[in-house]
Amino acid sequence: MIEYAILFAFACYGVALLFSLYRVVIAPGVPDRILALDTMTINMIALLTLFGINQGSEMYFEAALLFAMVGFVSTVAYAKFILRGDIIE
Amino acid sequence: MDLFFEILVSALLVISGIFGFVGSFGLVKLPEPMTRLHAPTKATTLGVGSVLIASMVYFAWFAGEVSWHELMIALFLFLTAPVTGLMIAKANIHLQWRREELPPTGTGTAWSTQSDRPSIMDDGADSRLVSEGD
Repeated sequence: MIEYAILFAFACYGVALLFSLYRVVIAPGVPDRILALDTMTINMIALLTLFGINQGSEMYFEAALLFAMVGFVSTVAYAKFILRGDIIE
Repeated sequence: MDLFFEILVSALLVISGIFGFVGSFGLVKLPEPMTRLHAPTKATTLGVGSVLIASMVYFAWFAGEVSWHELMIALFLFLTAPVTGLMIAKANIHLQWRREELPPTGTGTAWSTQSDRPSIMDDGADSRLVSEGD
């Protein structure tokens, strides 16, 4: 049963990743692109955790943690750049 | 007992997949930037949260070893998601709205994103420098 649930979640997050990629490419404004990039990192964290369950390996969580940290820092840096025109004032 | 945990992990995975899908679908579908900001936060908290809980339950029951990495990821995400949302909302306000279109703050000063008046954090050191002729 878990195998089918994992397949379902893989499909959902794969389609979600495609949706947010579409929003990165075609967007009405710059904040939408930033939000779509943030959503892509969120989807990648979920996908890496699903890979970890699927393979029975705990090696993927370090990668997911790295994605969470770098995604947060890059999102804040992009938003700060829009707000101030400068990242470190 | 195995069946119970199997059903629990499967249900958590399905819930997580649905919420992740709905979050990104709302990102494409919703009409305005501020409403688009709303959708992916559900994917962050409920989607990733339940897939991490599913992973913890799976490894604790089926692999026999409790892993705490997932809790760390969930804690980090729940701490940083509001900050991310606030920063993107401020960028939206900065790019989209003029000052007179925003609702009143009720504090006598404008919104901090658009205010050029001195804030509480500013003790007037810059104006003193100017007035003393340095």
